[in-house]
Amino acid sequence: MMRKQQTFSRGLSDKVRKSKAAPEIQKNPFEVKINRKKFDVLGRKSKHDVGLPGVSRSRAIQKRKDTLLKEFRLKDKNNTFIDRRFGEYDSKLTPEEKILQRFTLERQRTQDRKDMYNLNEEEELTHYGQSLAEMEKMTDVIDSDSDSEEKGLLSAELTATHFGGGGGLLRKKSAGDEEEEHKPRSRQELIEELIFKSKQEKRERQTQKEEAQELTEKLDQEWKSIQNLLAHKTPKAERTDETDKPKLDQYDMMVRELGFEMKAQPSEKLKSAEELAREERQRLQTLEADRLKRMMGDAEEDAVQTNTHVSADDMNDGFILDGDDRKTLAYKDGKWNIEGEEEEKEDEDGDEEGGEEEDEDDEDDAEGEDDEEEEGEDDEEDDADEDHCDLQSDEGSEDEDGQGAEEEQLCAEEPPAVSEEQKKAAQEAARAELPYTFPAPESYSDLKQLLQGHGSEQQRLILDRTLKCNHPSLSAGNKAKLQKLFGFLLEYVGDLATQNPPDLRTVSALIPQICGLCQMFPEAACKAVQTLLSDSGHSMEETLEVKGRAPMPDLDMLVLLKITALLFPSSDFRHPVTTPAFLFLSQALTRCAVVSLEDVCKGLVLCCLALEYVSLSQRIFPELLNFLLGLLHLTVSDKHNMGTAVCVCVCVCVCVCVSVSQVFLNQCRISILLCVDLIITLLCDLHREILDAIPEKPSQHAPLVFKKKKPIPLKLFTPKIVQILDYGKKRGNTKEEKERERLKHKYKREFKGALREIRKDTRFLAREKLSDVMSRDAERKRKVKELYGSLATQEGEWKALKRKNRK
Amino acid sequence: MASSTDSNVKGENSQVSYKKYINTKTDRVLQSKKHANDIFDVIEYLQSEKDKEVIFATNACSKVFCQLFYRGDLYVGDLPEEEDLVNGDRSAEEKYRIFMRHRYSNCVELLLENIGHKAFQVKETSLCALMKFVAAEGKHPLQNLDEHYNFPRELLQTLVEHLLSEKEDMSLLISRFQEFLEMDDVRYYVMSSVRDNIYRVMGRNKKAVIPVYQNNVFTLLSTINVPSEASKMKHFLVRQDYKLEQWKVAKLKEHKRAFEQMWLVFLKFKLPSNMYKKILVILHESIMPQMSDPTLLIDFLSAAYDIGGAISLLSLNGLFILIHKHNLDYPDFYKKLYSLLDPSIFHVKYRARFFHLVNIFLSSTHLPAYLVAAFVKRFARLSLTAPPTSLLILLPFICNLIRRHPSCRVLIHRPSTAEEPCDDPYVMEEEDPAQCHALESSLWEIKTLQKHYHPDVAKAAMKINEPLTEQEDDISELLELSTFELMERELKAERKTIPLEFDTATELLKSSREVLGVHFSLE
Repeated sequence: MMRKQQTFSRGLSDKVRKSKAAPEIQKNPFEVKINRKKFDVLGRKSKHDVGLPGVSRSRAIQKRKDTLLKEFRLKDKNNTFIDRRFGEYDSKLTPEEKILQRFTLERQRTQDRKDMYNLNEEEELTHYGQSLAEMEKMTDVIDSDSDSEEKGLLSAELTATHFGGGGGLLRKKSAGDEEEEHKPRSRQELIEELIFKSKQEKRERQTQKEEAQELTEKLDQEWKSIQNLLAHKTPKAERTDETDKPKLDQYDMMVRELGFEMKAQPSEKLKSAEELAREERQRLQTLEADRLKRMMGDAEEDAVQTNTHVSADDMNDGFILDGDDRKTLAYKDGKWNIEGEEEEKEDEDGDEEGGEEEDEDDEDDAEGEDDEEEEGEDDEEDDADEDHCDLQSDEGSEDEDGQGAEEEQLCAEEPPAVSEEQKKAAQEAARAELPYTFPAPESYSDLKQLLQGHGSEQQRLILDRTLKCNHPSLSAGNKAKLQKLFGFLLEYVGDLATQNPPDLRTVSALIPQICGLCQMFPEAACKAVQTLLSDSGHSMEETLEVKGRAPMPDLDMLVLLKITALLFPSSDFRHPVTTPAFLFLSQALTRCAVVSLEDVCKGLVLCCLALEYVSLSQRIFPELLNFLLGLLHLTVSDKHNMGTAVCVCVCVCVCVCVSVSQVFLNQCRISILLCVDLIITLLCDLHREILDAIPEKPSQHAPLVFKKKKPIPLKLFTPKIVQILDYGKKRGNTKEEKERERLKHKYKREFKGALREIRKDTRFLAREKLSDVMSRDAERKRKVKELYGSLATQEGEWKALKRKNRK
Repeated sequence: MASSTDSNVKGENSQVSYKKYINTKTDRVLQSKKHANDIFDVIEYLQSEKDKEVIFATNACSKVFCQLFYRGDLYVGDLPEEEDLVNGDRSAEEKYRIFMRHRYSNCVELLLENIGHKAFQVKETSLCALMKFVAAEGKHPLQNLDEHYNFPRELLQTLVEHLLSEKEDMSLLISRFQEFLEMDDVRYYVMSSVRDNIYRVMGRNKKAVIPVYQNNVFTLLSTINVPSEASKMKHFLVRQDYKLEQWKVAKLKEHKRAFEQMWLVFLKFKLPSNMYKKILVILHESIMPQMSDPTLLIDFLSAAYDIGGAISLLSLNGLFILIHKHNLDYPDFYKKLYSLLDPSIFHVKYRARFFHLVNIFLSSTHLPAYLVAAFVKRFARLSLTAPPTSLLILLPFICNLIRRHPSCRVLIHRPSTAEEPCDDPYVMEEEDPAQCHALESSLWEIKTLQKHYHPDVAKAAMKINEPLTEQEDDISELLELSTFELMERELKAERKTIPLEFDTATELLKSSREVLGVHFSLE
């Protein structure tokens, strides 16, 4: 009750409370109650130091009088709604039973009075006087909205039918259609007709309304088209065309600049070159520290990969996940530097042309960047080649391979010689053939179709564009697509490597894309490489079991191992990809049979890979040494058969063995035409180098000692002293506990308050009741008195009359 | 009797005709003695070109002669010459029986020849038919013999002789023959005939190695299993009711002796090296328990042990059983074992078995410390060339050895000496474990392996940094580990994060630590 009352009278009570008591009351010392304070705290303002109990009590009473009393007075005097439906409040009955019972009751009721005034044979259920059965047949249901619309419009006929009495209608109709109608139409039919007519009317009205609507719209449009001519103030969207035409004066510029500055978001300040370099260095340092930790194997668990960096040698190939593309507003030579924006806006205006233009612009930009990159790369290559060249000249070797390499090098050097314009033109021509967007390939064959028949650079471009078009931030499904794409790419690379001749240049060209994908989806990449490794490991195991020995892994596997080294850190103590790769290498080096020169070559590649894997972590790889030793023994045993080529192998072997890195023999095609004396000189060099590398004395080892253990501290018996920081009541520590505590407290207070209020209410009501009773009693007494009085007067009069008569 | 005249009226017409023909002939032979000559036609088919005809004829022959055995229509006793038959004064009945007996021996000869036929089906049917004859002869003996209790020993011997061909691999047929070896009497006589056969063949070949023959012998021998209990010997091809107790065949001891003799004879001669391996693999499981005196194998085993390599490793098992169960004293066993340790032990097929055995050999705590130290040091040295799967066995194994022999702890913990490095006093080339100065050395190899590329190996090697726990590591489940399993384990492990290389690669052969690109280029 209280609650209800409160909600009911919230506004009222507030009003009562807010009305300040009169100042004289506040000053009246009899009205004021001063709440005693326990401590006087300086600077604390308390609200409740002075109370006005009389005022607040009277307020409360007033409030009750306004709300509770009114309700009390009205009690038992309002009408109430009593639901007498069968079993409405019986929770034991299921709805079906209820309905069944009601139905039987209904039937019984009608059954009972069947003979009385039954007009129709069958009982018909009606709604608003219409048969429900008929309503069901109707296809069109009357719209309640239109019903309401109808309210004001009452046709004469309608009113006549509705208010003229059904009888009149019946009479009239039956009289009018007597000749055509053989039997008189029933009331029902008439009503039907009536409904039909009203509906028709409604439909007409609707069509009218729609037409009116259309006309208004048309008018609106026309108005818009001529609005530009009329209005002086053009809307903002169309205004930009004109903005660059009027001459900008100094003031305008200033104002606008200021305006924009005010609105501009605070952004990070531009970093200077040193700052950037420092940051980059720091990032690399942290990464390196991370890597070292992983290498040691202690921080296996808490190694968290940060993936947000943009490398210094980033290829600008679209992998900046959250690049800030907003253009900063600036003036350049006194002109507003917003060409890009303008263009974009123009594009928005012109629907069809604009899109293409924009694309082209983007492409131009991209090409520019690409060009730069390529130049950079070329430079790098040149450098590398020069190095190569130097080294070769040092060596003084004039073998065919060397020449071949030089030729290659020449080829590589040619492009810079071509003038920049030509180059650009050529590139543009090449690129003109390629579309700008590519769907992400759904299957491996798709990818193959996409890439086949293009040069390596083009393939890279295609992939690049595919990645850009299907960047995961663009659409939800792209992530899965690109994840799949990584697997396909690896497969494709494998295919390229197994081709005859192998297309390793393309593989090399695709490396940045693969790297980028791997950086984007480490899990998927890991899975893909793992599957490939496990597949080939499995097949090798099977052949080993069947035949006892396995062939050397093919070139695709070698390429995969190399790519693995590029993608994943091989220095980690334990890594989901590189550790199996290590095992694969080990298996290949120990179990694969070396039958031909090709096998030797493959084995040496594997050795190089193994060395590369462990080069940073400086781990021991026994299989590598075993293999090289075995190879050396092989050459020693039949030197004459294998000839010079093997000697070259041995050179490489030994070189790898002592990891001396100045060997320039192109191992992929070992030429048998190498001059013997060259080999001898080479061998002499090598011999010297090896002797240098191998220390004179065998390595010495200190005897092993266990690691020193930390002494276990003695048990201490002094008590442990803990500083207590919060005195008093313990509060819950967590947020939830605190919240819980707070709510509990609140509830308690509310509960108490409610109880108090209820008590006051009852007291108030009791008082009221009592006063009612008292007043009623007083009234009665008064009336009785009155009666007695009148009776007394009557008696007196009567007595007086009697006395008079007696006299 | 005159030979048949219509032998040329052969049904070359169709496939069905020869069946019909043979059937009618067989029926006629069996129906009356008048048509005895028809048997020639049937026998002739045994030499036919067509495999099907041979098979059919073989079946027909076995049917005919079994029937004849049953009827007693074959002559019993020493067979007179066929030429003598004409002038001899014998009854017609007797003549008929002698004639049939001759045909029977013809038939057996042809069947034996067919054992060497090129079609396996023919071989198989011939073998079955011959075994049927063996059974029939056993039941109705053709000779009056006492000592062998009616068992047709000669027939079986010739059969074995043909089975153990010197030119052809008969392993398939021998495996078919295995089912007859279930029969105890057949087995017994086969064993004795094999023994004789080996003597004869090897003697003829002047003790040289005959791989095909020896392979056949081995196949036959390895299929022979002597029952473990005498009560199980109840399956006989030929039942003997007379003087069963004294019959050698029914005695388990005799069986064992025959088995032993057979094997010893076989092992006495020089064997090809792969045969050594085959024998040694099954030796401890299926040969030694069935011999009455396994110590007789010592010659063979020590010879095998001296061969070296994998064969030595395998012979360890047999030697171990002899030493362990039969109280054999083998001088310099540990010295030889020590010299067996070379890098190849990690790559042979029998690695698991070898480590299992070495673990057992070195499990005794009564071994001298120098010996154990020598083994430990040698294993440690070898571990520098071992693949990860072997290392995962080897490292816990070395730790176990040091645990068992606390005096070897100096190998990993020598606090007295200062930290100054010195040369390793261990002599790898020394054959004698007593002279190799292992106890003065340290296990720096294990220290080196702490930098092994495989994390598990590195972790296992780390254990020597601290005092070893009391509990020994169980290496039994590591024994069969293969590299691929190791790889699988690594692949299936759940990882939270996958660290990536942070240096973004731009080209295949261009990375921060390029080795491949230095030596190789793309072309």
